Amino acid sequence: MANSPLSGAEVIIECLKREGIDTIFGYPGGSAIPMFDAILDSNIKVVLTRHEQGATHMADGYARQTGKVGVALVTSGPGATNTFTGIYTALMDSSPIVVLAAQTTTPNLGKDAFQECDTSGMTFAAVKHSYLVKDSNDLPRVMKEAFHIARSGRPGPVLIDLPKDVTAGPCTAPFTDKMDLPGYKIPSYASTESVEKAAEYLKKSKKPLLLVGHGAMISGASRQVKELAEKLNAPVCCTLLGLGTFPTDHELSLGMLGMHGTVYANKAVLDCDLILSIGSRWDDRITGKLDVFCKDAIKMHIDIDPAEEGKVLQPDVFMCGDAKLVLEQLLPLVGKLDTAEWVKTCQSWKKRFPLTYPKQGGLRMQHIVQTVSDLTQGKAIVTTDVGQHQMWVAQFFHTNYPRQLHSSGGAGTMGFGLPSCIGAAFGNTTGWPVITFCGDGGFQMTEAELATAAIHKLPIKIFVMDNKYLGMVRQWQDMFYDKRYSCVDMKGNPDFVKLAEAYGILGLRIKRSADAERVIQKALEYNEGPVLIHCECEKEDNVFPMIPAGAPITSMITEQPKTQLEKPTGST
Amino acid sequence: MLKDKAHSISLLVANRPGVLVRIALVFSRRGYNIDSLVVSPTLDPNFSRMNIIAHGNPEILMQIIKQLEKLVDVVQAKDHTDTDAVEKELALIKVRCTPDQRTEILQLCDHFHANTVDMTATSMIIQITGNSQKVDTLKSLLQKFEIVEYIRTGKVIMLRGEEQT
Repeated sequence: MANSPLSGAEVIIECLKREGIDTIFGYPGGSAIPMFDAILDSNIKVVLTRHEQGATHMADGYARQTGKVGVALVTSGPGATNTFTGIYTALMDSSPIVVLAAQTTTPNLGKDAFQECDTSGMTFAAVKHSYLVKDSNDLPRVMKEAFHIARSGRPGPVLIDLPKDVTAGPCTAPFTDKMDLPGYKIPSYASTESVEKAAEYLKKSKKPLLLVGHGAMISGASRQVKELAEKLNAPVCCTLLGLGTFPTDHELSLGMLGMHGTVYANKAVLDCDLILSIGSRWDDRITGKLDVFCKDAIKMHIDIDPAEEGKVLQPDVFMCGDAKLVLEQLLPLVGKLDTAEWVKTCQSWKKRFPLTYPKQGGLRMQHIVQTVSDLTQGKAIVTTDVGQHQMWVAQFFHTNYPRQLHSSGGAGTMGFGLPSCIGAAFGNTTGWPVITFCGDGGFQMTEAELATAAIHKLPIKIFVMDNKYLGMVRQWQDMFYDKRYSCVDMKGNPDFVKLAEAYGILGLRIKRSADAERVIQKALEYNEGPVLIHCECEKEDNVFPMIPAGAPITSMITEQPKTQLEKPTGST
Repeated sequence: MLKDKAHSISLLVANRPGVLVRIALVFSRRGYNIDSLVVSPTLDPNFSRMNIIAHGNPEILMQIIKQLEKLVDVVQAKDHTDTDAVEKELALIKVRCTPDQRTEILQLCDHFHANTVDMTATSMIIQITGNSQKVDTLKSLLQKFEIVEYIRTGKVIMLRGEEQT
């Protein structure tokens, strides 16, 4: 049958190859069978997950690690709905993924057919763009556009809804590089006028502060950020997703700012006379109460997304463009500033208010993170789940390299840690160990993916930091709700070592701080497959510093308060 | 905070299924309502023109317009609230009336250049075109009689002169 046309499914697989995709994550089902059939004849590796949410987080982790587009392939109905959390997570953190979701046949659309769900309709609000393909001949163009949209500009998730008759039927349209996207614009350089204005403000600044976000990392602006900081002699703070874009160990680094940021970063925010956001979107976790955030400082904002201008606050200068290109425009226009005094002040805060944690009591999550950071000399790929441990990773892991730390920032998706770690491991070319830090709550949301890690013998290190509580919620109930603990007790947690062993995974245990270094060393040296380290941690520990949600930065709390605090006014 | 007023937003969009939902979601996620909506194909059938009227905080509406512009299927989004544009609406107003009330109604229609498009022994349908204020005024004058039913198209907008809307 040499002359018979390719099926829609075969065209999709060929398009994946043309996009340079060699690994995808998926879970089959009735409507998806034509695509899973076609992929057998390709050299694309399909990682069979245990849940479609896992597939999307893996695609996301792979994308964050490699900078390439991650792909998830799932079936219709529940297969598709299970991807929604992953799609939304990718949208909130501007991560490029393409979700290929199978669908019932086109004549069945709208008729409540078996496993039919209005996938594109239900995901409109969570995607960068989406397609419902009704004609096989549209496939080459749609695939081309989907990958282009996912990876370019401000990256994000693209969903393709693929009816079974479209994938099973013949496609006679040729492969194409042509796209039909008249409404899609990708900013590159900012207007000269805006950059010149920014340079003027910088020249007048005595106390400048650079704020580095995920956008800087995505655009690959790490070198330019460093060059700008050093050229100006300006301190730098990072958002959670910006960590690593500027080395934490650099003398100008103030680490992470915001709700659980360092005292010195937040003091710098309060005291600076100019703040330049490079690919950060002034998230509420960073600004706290808006009308006092950098109240008297000049605010400048570089963002590739024009809709970010004025969304949260009105900047004095908005430079719309790719962070790397805009910094290249800005660099020749600026020189060393008179900031010696300011840098000295920031450095004295660093000495006076270092990040610390109590050494007495049981095993501390901070101690685990610190030890892993020390033993790997910070040369590791790290993913986190969401909660207290996530903040402690941000505080105590020495991130010095871009694309080193992957965390669900905007969405705060519990269950992200393990699957994103698996995805990152598939994309990892650094030779460094790939590690995930999870809490006991989030880990259990996607722990079925232990099987995925085991089958592929991925040498990932899974730290389950178990305090038998939903720690962050418990912390809020402790501090703001009269210690009335409601539904935070994780009674019923399994023995995670035994759980690992049930999957044929090496399980290790840390109960005492004194054992941490030895066990972690053992875990790092084990490379036959995954290893799970069950850390039985101090039950009631709180993350500090903390700025209560919606409060001004001046309300920063640095240690357990003696009295009950007002309920926070901000969201979550 | 500026005061809320009606904004006229004009969109040029790809003529594809789902576009309207994507646009509506940008409003609904903030709990904003669309007061009126007109959609029609342009000279090029690959594109449609939409005119949306919405009330709300002007700063938030500006943000909404930027987020509309960001949609892949939206080619252009513009606020025409204070621009020099021709703005027209068409309304049909059904009035219950006795034969001896007709003369007065017809006089009103004449004054507003409105037409009678249906007449029975007990009712009339009046068609009026013009700017929103004109339609509002005729409607309020007709309230003296019994308005049985009333529908309007929503605003269509076109910039004056050669400039494209």
